[in-house]
Amino acid sequence: MAKLTVEDLKKIKESMKGTVNLRQGDYRVKITVHMGTCGIAAGARKLMSALLEKLEKNGATDIILTSSGCAGLCNHEPMITVEMTDSAPVKYIKLDPDKVGRIFDEHVIGGHPVAEYALAVGSETTH
Amino acid sequence: MQDLSLHILDVAENATQAGATLIEIDISEDTDKDLLEISIQDNGKGMDAEMLRHVTDPFVTTRTTRRVGMGLPLLQQAARETGGDLRITSEQGKGTRVVATFHKSHIDRRPLGDMGATLTTLIMGNPYRDFVYTSSLREEAVEVDTRSIRKELDGAMGINDPAVIRLIRDLFRKREV
Repeated sequence: MAKLTVEDLKKIKESMKGTVNLRQGDYRVKITVHMGTCGIAAGARKLMSALLEKLEKNGATDIILTSSGCAGLCNHEPMITVEMTDSAPVKYIKLDPDKVGRIFDEHVIGGHPVAEYALAVGSETTH
Repeated sequence: MQDLSLHILDVAENATQAGATLIEIDISEDTDKDLLEISIQDNGKGMDAEMLRHVTDPFVTTRTTRRVGMGLPLLQQAARETGGDLRITSEQGKGTRVVATFHKSHIDRRPLGDMGATLTTLIMGNPYRDFVYTSSLREEAVEVDTRSIRKELDGAMGINDPAVIRLIRDLFRKREV
């Protein structure tokens, strides 16, 4: 039976020594993957796996990756919401692992939302 | 839902919405009877008898964001397609247990799928809840208990740290593409 050993956990604890771990408290960016029945059926779990991989490679400790339930926009799933502490949250729709990779690079790290995947940008225009 | 691990993710997400602090997922098989059993038990708020009667009706949900609840009816359908069934027991204030049985070798039995992705998704999304996963399947026997991992980490890092998640992920061989 596969299970974690005390040695496995000790090893990663050792490697963490001296670094400040913010993942349990304050954060700069929060990424929420919508994980209702609709999201799951549409592929939300793949988004979570892709974002986890990105997060692991990046090594940033001020990014929180989490999940929530159905947002009531089931036809737009799979979706994620990116919240940065100093700007309005952005909801991204109809995603796949490649698209969330780009959102991670450009929005989460670069600070520039990816307008073409967003649910809506701004409001009405008159021109 | 393409495989059983996605159904398990869905039911366990329901459990978190019910306020559970401990969710136990157990997968076992009875090779003599050709049965596969999936049990998901939580210590959430539970359901009253009225809700329990209607819980597999797709047009019943506790959610307010939409009017239909498809999770349990879909799992019931997946189980019944193999000649199995879905049983739900619940007690208000104590929790809920969902047990799905399948005929393991039935042509319509969906594969188990990527349980590693399901479990790590649950832990990432719910770092303050505990999950106990036990699979005694011959093809993938795995045991994960976040309570003991948490105890071992002793506050040095979160259970949702990518390094911890990676260790848990690597206990599973099957990978979703």
